[in-house]
Amino acid sequence: MNQPYLSFLLLLAFVAFNAGALIGMSHLLAPRKPTPVKETPYESGMPPLGDAHERFSVKFYLVAMLFIIFDIETVFLIPWGTIFFAAGGPGMGFLLIEMLVFIAILAVGYVYVWKRGALEWG
Amino acid sequence: MTWLAAHGTEAIFWWFGSLAMVSAALCITRRNPVFSGLWLIVTLFSIAALFVILDAQFIAVLQVLVYAGAIMVLFLFVIMLLNLGRQVTTDLKGPTGAGIAVGLAGLLLFQLLILRHAAPSEVITLPAGSVARLAQEQGLVASIARPLFDTYLLPFEVTSILLLAALVGAVVLAMRKL
Repeated sequence: MNQPYLSFLLLLAFVAFNAGALIGMSHLLAPRKPTPVKETPYESGMPPLGDAHERFSVKFYLVAMLFIIFDIETVFLIPWGTIFFAAGGPGMGFLLIEMLVFIAILAVGYVYVWKRGALEWG
Repeated sequence: MTWLAAHGTEAIFWWFGSLAMVSAALCITRRNPVFSGLWLIVTLFSIAALFVILDAQFIAVLQVLVYAGAIMVLFLFVIMLLNLGRQVTTDLKGPTGAGIAVGLAGLLLFQLLILRHAAPSEVITLPAGSVARLAQEQGLVASIARPLFDTYLLPFEVTSILLLAALVGAVVLAMRKL
């Protein structure tokens, strides 16, 4: 049994119970007097502009995609960082070269993205 | 408390295992693709919990960070790009659709049954409890890092080329003037 995670599970159960209780109680106890104004979606106090189901620009997709790729690159840096200083001596140099090769290949992609103007919004 | 000490892990496994299956079923049966995506997040979180039970805490964190976080953002963007907020009728209906579904499900079940009986390769088999022991000796993340930057060095470096290809592919597809 993973004892350290027991407290996490308890927290999870506590949060789930509280969220459920809050939503359920407000559903059961709150007085409800709907008017057309109350029924409209709340958009920071502005009158809503059309439907929420509209198409999004492909630029958002590009940003999300680029984020995921560099996210995965960073994920590899974490295990590398945990063993780098423990390695010591020539092992340390070898590890450094390994990671530099990895980052250099991705830096080519970064330069390509930059030159193509994919990081510009306009 | 004695029951919890003896069967705690088992109970947690069954809880998260069933949660994963129920949310996966809900994911594929919802009509609204955004709801499907949200149920998929529940499935991915449950699988992360199963990784923790398997003493693979690092993978569990990555599961939440990369899959439940980043990949789901991408899924939701694709849903919104394709404007699937409205109801659509499927092309696969009637006996043809049902036949294909049953056929694919049968194929999957057959594969699972074969996998259950096939002995896993020596290369990927570890003695029972050795994962927990390695984590105890070297630390959770370092026990993954050592083989990754030593035995599996080439696959690791090739991953960067895979990521590079994905990068270029995304830019070419998204920046194309349509």
